Amino acid sequence: MDVRSQISMVFHLDKCIGCHTCSVACKNIWTDRKGAEYMWWNNVETKPGTGYPGKWENQDIYKGGWEEDGNGGIRLKGAGKPKSLSNIFHNPHMPSIDDYYEPFTYKYLDLIEAEAGDIQPTARPVSMITGEPMDIQMGPNWDDDLSGTPDYARKDPNLEDLSEAEQEAMFQLERMAFFYLPRICNHCLNAACVASCPSGAIYKRGEDGVVLINQDVCRGWRMCVTACPYKKSYYNWDTGKSEKCILCYPRLESGYAPACMHSCVGRIRYLGVILYDADRIEEAASADESELVERQLDMLLDPFDPEVIAAAKENGVADSTIESAQNSPTYKFVKEWDLALPLHPEFRTLPMLFYVPPLLPVMASVADANDNAQREKIHDIGKKWPDEWVYDTSIDQLFGTIDDARFPLEYMASLFSAGDVEAVKSRLEKLMAIRLHRRRETVGDVDSATVDKALKKAGLTGQRANAIYYLTSLAKFDDRFVIPPAHREQAIEMLDEDVGATKGETGFGFKRGTNKRGA
Amino acid sequence: MNWFDTFSLVLFPYAAVAVFVIGMAYRYRQRGFTVTSLSSQFLEGRSLFWAVVPFHIGILVVLFGHLLAFLVPDAILAWNAVPVRLMILEGMALIFGLATLVGIAGLMYRRFTNERVRAVTTKMDVLLEVVLLAQVGFGVWIAVGYRWGSSWFASDLTPYLWSLVAFSPEATAAAAMPLVVKLHILGAFLLLFLVPFTRLAHVFVAPLHYIVRPYQQVIWNWNRKKIRDPRSGTSVSGRRR
Ligand code: SF4
Ligand code: SF4
Repeated sequence: MDVRSQISMVFHLDKCIGCHTCSVACKNIWTDRKGAEYMWWNNVETKPGTGYPGKWENQDIYKGGWEEDGNGGIRLKGAGKPKSLSNIFHNPHMPSIDDYYEPFTYKYLDLIEAEAGDIQPTARPVSMITGEPMDIQMGPNWDDDLSGTPDYARKDPNLEDLSEAEQEAMFQLERMAFFYLPRICNHCLNAACVASCPSGAIYKRGEDGVVLINQDVCRGWRMCVTACPYKKSYYNWDTGKSEKCILCYPRLESGYAPACMHSCVGRIRYLGVILYDADRIEEAASADESELVERQLDMLLDPFDPEVIAAAKENGVADSTIESAQNSPTYKFVKEWDLALPLHPEFRTLPMLFYVPPLLPVMASVADANDNAQREKIHDIGKKWPDEWVYDTSIDQLFGTIDDARFPLEYMASLFSAGDVEAVKSRLEKLMAIRLHRRRETVGDVDSATVDKALKKAGLTGQRANAIYYLTSLAKFDDRFVIPPAHREQAIEMLDEDVGATKGETGFGFKRGTNKRGA
Repeated sequence: MNWFDTFSLVLFPYAAVAVFVIGMAYRYRQRGFTVTSLSSQFLEGRSLFWAVVPFHIGILVVLFGHLLAFLVPDAILAWNAVPVRLMILEGMALIFGLATLVGIAGLMYRRFTNERVRAVTTKMDVLLEVVLLAQVGFGVWIAVGYRWGSSWFASDLTPYLWSLVAFSPEATAAAAMPLVVKLHILGAFLLLFLVPFTRLAHVFVAPLHYIVRPYQQVIWNWNRKKIRDPRSGTSVSGRRR
């Protein structure tokens, strides 16, 4: 057992309101530079939709991630030793800037400096690459909220496995649904970007698992852009170096949550340490597609198990990190409660960002909203809304609809479990059971036996349901982000730096040795 | 030997190598951020293919040929002793030389006609491409006009180059060469001279070590096992908070 610690993340999709605050926070801190304008280390997509860059999930186009090599192992799909080296002059699978969008701004100055005249001056869009006027073809979040549109939603690669009828049902106007999918780098355990880099510039930090690109070592061979199946490694066209999400490591090291998480309006984001067994990476990454999720979850270790603790200590994992792992909200969501799933596990990078699948678009049903018995129960305020807006919350309807969902479970399974519908369903049932349980506790209009049955089916106790409810809905900042101390002090001592000097140089005290007594 | 010969065949080569070694070492160690291929494929990829691939493959093969003539001149001469083999060698050299020429011309055309690529073009890029174009052009001209280069390079120029290496320059043979050959020699050292100041630096960081390294790379910022001996220090309990 080779125990390592990883800072992992959970995004609770039911809570995301699609406000893009996270994206803007990240942009303002990290990518507001020449060559990086088009990069959104954090972006929020509308699903169904094609995403950013367009159709990034379709690896027939982008050739990202790993694939089975036919001998029980795996190999990089579009990069790797033979391909990265032979395609080094021209990478045939490299996306171009038009797959993202050409960054633009407007000539605002024209508005102010235009001569007085009869015609209103306009601010024309200009390319941020060439500075020339341009016709905007695409921009960040171009398909925001555009579920049902032929150009975007219907071209979602996840629809491939759905039957014609299922697809049509999804896009019937009055049944239309969508949800938001915020994405950042997953800081994978079997990172394709790391494996594809010919220069060896990309690495995973041992202490916390953050995947970084050494900007001094990157030579612009741009294989990581192809290899990352999530398209989260970006090429800076100005500096000729690739860049990616750094999980705000300077903030993490000082005990702050990453900017996207800190600013998240919906409070959908959780961050915490998970201990894992690095010996099992290869085995988990090359598992049969049907077992991928299970094997990945198996790798994650119980931080309370004395054996795991001993092995972690043996490996130099700090005590404070082990303690963080024990209080980690992500461990709870992913392992203890079995509520979260990785995005596209079939890419085999073992992503360490997990998603609680969204229940709402699955459930929300307007078909029976005119049911009068149901309407009677609605609060007066609720009645002011037009009938069609009211979600049907009758119990049978709620629980029954998971199977009969207007948002086919196959679609969710294609996103979060490599097609395993049961894995998604069991998690949605849990979420539903918790809702029923909380409704019993707060509104009290639900038949207790039904709730108990639902809890039992979902494998939950009332207590656990409350704990999940707490972390989902009420959790405070410190519950959502459990950040292990970075122990910079040990690093400084370890590097044989003069502690006094370092203290002085970092702004505490003076750079001066201590006086010897009598000297 | 006149002043031009002395300068281009003796002085400049030494200056160029010195600038290259010192400049590149400094840039690699202190300015690692600037060492990159500066690929513009991301901005324009389609027409790039038809220029960049012939250019790189061509120039690598041709460079390798020059290197062989420099390192093992006797083997080249022995090979060339049979006319058919000589024709094959020279034919290959010309084909790859032409590929390089077409490639660099295509790259320049693309650089000047594509708006986006022009936006990321620096003065040094233009200078470098002009020098490269001239250098490759001279090379092809020599291959066509002064046969058979592989033989006279190995017999006449290799001793001259080795005399430079041995710090006892003997350039009379080189000075007797036609002007275009001298320009080709000058161009070669000029390119070396330019390495520390241009994107040419990427040639010297070709990622060959990738072949032997394991796919995954994990780096610890400090020696974790030394710093945290599990038998010392505080312990963490298995209790839940
Ligand atoms: S998501 Fe992509 S960039 Fe991030 S670690 Fe995984 S493979 Fe690398
Ligand atoms: S800030 Fe939070 S709620 Fe808003 S879009 Fe981002 S993830 Fe969703």
